[in-house]
Amino acid sequence: MDVPGRWKDLDHLLTRPGNVVGPGFEPDPALRAFLHDDCRVLCVGAGGLGCELLKDLALSGFGQIDVIDMDTIDVSNLNRQFLFRLKDVGKPKAEVAAAAINQRVAGVHVTPHFCRIEEKPLEFYQQFQIIILGLDSLEARRYMNQVACSFLAFEEDGSPDLSTIKPMIDGGTEGFKGHARVILPGFTPCFECTLWLFPPQTKFPLCTLAETPRSPAHCIEYAHLIQWGQERPGHDFDADVEEHMRWVYDEALKRAAKFGIAGVSYQLTQGMDNYMMYVGTDGIYTHTVKYEKDAACLICSSGVPLHAPASSTLQQVIDQLQRDPRFEGKLQSPSVSCGPQNLYMHGIFEEETRQNLQKDMKMLIGGSHAILQVNDKKLLAPLRCRLTLSDHSDLDAEMAE
Amino acid sequence: MVEIKDPKSKKYDRQLRIWGAHGQAALESAKICLLNCGPTGSETLKNLVLGGIAGFTIVDGSKVEQQDLGNNFLLSEADLGHSKAQGVSSLLKELNDSVTGGFVETDPEQLINDQPAFFNNFSLVIATQLREATMLKLDDICRAEGVKLLAVRSYGLVATLRVSAAEHAIVETKPDNAVGDLRFHAPWKELHDFAMSFKLAEMDEIMHKHLPFAILLIQAVGHWKAGHQGKLPSGSKERTDFKALLKSWQRQIDGIPVEEENFSEAMTNASKVWSQHGIPSEVQAILEDDCMNLNSSSSTFWCLAAALKRFIEQEGQGCLPLEGTLPDMHATTDLYLQLQRVYQTKAESDVTAVETHLRAILKDNASSISSISRAEVKLFCKNARHLRLVRFRRLSEEFGISCKHNVLRQALTAEDQATNATLYILLRAVDRFYESHKHFPGTFDSPPESEIPMLKAKAGALLSEVGASPSPAWDDCLAEMCRFGAGELHCVAAIIAGMAAQEGIKLLTKQFVPQSGTLVYNAMGSTTSVFCL
Ligand SMILES: [Zn+2]
Repeated sequence: MDVPGRWKDLDHLLTRPGNVVGPGFEPDPALRAFLHDDCRVLCVGAGGLGCELLKDLALSGFGQIDVIDMDTIDVSNLNRQFLFRLKDVGKPKAEVAAAAINQRVAGVHVTPHFCRIEEKPLEFYQQFQIIILGLDSLEARRYMNQVACSFLAFEEDGSPDLSTIKPMIDGGTEGFKGHARVILPGFTPCFECTLWLFPPQTKFPLCTLAETPRSPAHCIEYAHLIQWGQERPGHDFDADVEEHMRWVYDEALKRAAKFGIAGVSYQLTQGMDNYMMYVGTDGIYTHTVKYEKDAACLICSSGVPLHAPASSTLQQVIDQLQRDPRFEGKLQSPSVSCGPQNLYMHGIFEEETRQNLQKDMKMLIGGSHAILQVNDKKLLAPLRCRLTLSDHSDLDAEMAE
Repeated sequence: MVEIKDPKSKKYDRQLRIWGAHGQAALESAKICLLNCGPTGSETLKNLVLGGIAGFTIVDGSKVEQQDLGNNFLLSEADLGHSKAQGVSSLLKELNDSVTGGFVETDPEQLINDQPAFFNNFSLVIATQLREATMLKLDDICRAEGVKLLAVRSYGLVATLRVSAAEHAIVETKPDNAVGDLRFHAPWKELHDFAMSFKLAEMDEIMHKHLPFAILLIQAVGHWKAGHQGKLPSGSKERTDFKALLKSWQRQIDGIPVEEENFSEAMTNASKVWSQHGIPSEVQAILEDDCMNLNSSSSTFWCLAAALKRFIEQEGQGCLPLEGTLPDMHATTDLYLQLQRVYQTKAESDVTAVETHLRAILKDNASSISSISRAEVKLFCKNARHLRLVRFRRLSEEFGISCKHNVLRQALTAEDQATNATLYILLRAVDRFYESHKHFPGTFDSPPESEIPMLKAKAGALLSEVGASPSPAWDDCLAEMCRFGAGELHCVAAIIAGMAAQEGIKLLTKQFVPQSGTLVYNAMGSTTSVFCL
């Protein structure tokens, strides 16, 4: 709804040139029309955070908003989920929240989806310019992370295809603490890249961490899970305490140097900060940092490193994939392709591609290096593997490149 | 009989887990005054109304315009042309029917000038979007009456938050990573005797692996001290030896130690033997504070602190009262309960000692305090290690000649604070701009750049008062401040309002530690800085 003067405060920012603006920002009154009429935002969750997010979006000029939530309203929600009233108890959160915003903020159109996030196909998520999460579970965040990263495609040189980036913003609160982060798949770390922020869990086999670290994440995980307990006994690791994070980072860096692994970095001088944490128990303390992507991330990297002996057949590579602990539980009956070429496919192409299984891998991919696309019904999106066929050890193979 | 859960405790279930029933009771008796109900004020109050304060009064003299519908969720088209305070007030009441609310359609500045007594009866005054000169007057009024004040402001993509009160003493600071007070390093006689009554070598297998780790550690400490002139293990070599001593007590089969959970717990908790045991510096500062010279009008907190001091000097022999809580540990139920009783008995007797001192102190000072319950004394003793006292500087100190300019100078040259310190200076400069020009920079349709030189002049003068030179972010920030046109953006207001409501809850419940300086939120960089000026 475009009444003169209604969006005056916002228009100052949209129509005036600025010094602290993103690259490519051009002041234009049409920006507000874009936000209001064309830009589609999805808010995942209509709970404590979701209610606040919907209100903030509607009053920041966004006019086309969708909200998805599977829960119904409970009395214990009413102390913070201000879009709900006592009479709404038992009704779907998404529907009541959407109706409340539509009624209060003229011109804004919120569409509710009362269902589980897994019930929607990828195409549903594809239609939004931006996805905002107001979730309270790690599992739901990981699922949405896979969804957002599933759209990511790469150029031939391994750089992300800009047109396929689905920006996602994640928020979380507990008591007087909270965080907000921006995930630009391919540019900033995705949820899986920094899973170590959610202690304690063993993402990697301990022997890998201790004996054969292979990635920055391994070093960080080692510092956090093993060195912390050894060197700082009696201190509970708290990812919200800057000094703790700094300590883990420093130790990870030392370890990475020892094993010759590049890519552990805390806050480089360039690039964007992507994570803000908030602690409000003792005064107010926030910390904003630029976390780094995990170059070997299963979800958002251009390719998970995979080394196989030079003489491997396709069958042997597939066997190796299925044995790989990194893909544990993710691959049941993988199909493998390389660029446009189907190497081995389940389903209708099975018969046609079966003969490839016993063929020499080097011959199939026409060299020693290739990006393989591995698909499986257990995966939300294909897994990218950066295959190197070589009889040398990992390090030699990389140096030979 | 069917148990019916109290609907109120169900509604507030999530927050009761954070501040408890007594914190909730404090909120439910709080009367709040909000000055100006733009999005910053409305959102702050919304958060507190949802939490269940007793009541509020909104003071705002303006009428609802189109612009308000673009940034204030608590107003709608039906309110156009009517009192803003009335519109916000009526929707707020809808959010929580146990909260009473009212409004005064007057400009806050006028009220501050004409009716200073208006503020006397509030628990907390939340002043939003007020300029420096007005805030100075309000601070003096609130200080004189002992009313706590919360100053909140959003300005374009920047916001600030400041608490003002003479002093705020907190018993329940609820620290995040508190290490339990278990006295392994120096067990009192009863604990020592209890621990030593168990003979490890004579125990059967079941008993051996169910002896609480606390007892293992106390025995090990006794053993260690006996061989080291009464000293605790120090340095990594001795600490390793100490753990080796514990290990040597484990049962073995063919020379290999048997897996015993109580022993692994003892290993992980061994550091509690040599971690910090003294009186924390914040508590020490309280014990040495001038307010410890009591008089008849000393507050409950200071009377309790004086009793605490006597306890430390006498019965405590330099130690604080025992907390008395025992963490869960691997043990038989019976052994755990026995041990817990030893801790609880000591804690109770410490409370009694403190209470006795307190009664004497109240009598000696002819205190006007009618009663301090044992429960209060107990709470105080239990939290004695984490007591905090926050004194907020007067706004006249921060804005006047006694401003800690060196803090600002330092911040202006510190890489991670320079931009936010610059924004702080500029926020003060826009008020000076207003005093001269009767409007904020960039509020007219003319290009905002045209007002940069005038703002720069005001800001430059401030900067020279501080004795600092411009930070690298200076010109960019100046231009942005003019671009903002004093706009109040909903998303910035919502964030600072969230923090403001949180600080309000801390002040009202007297739990957690409020922010003692001026907080600057920079929405451009998603950062905050706190300046104690
Ligand atoms: Zn990733």
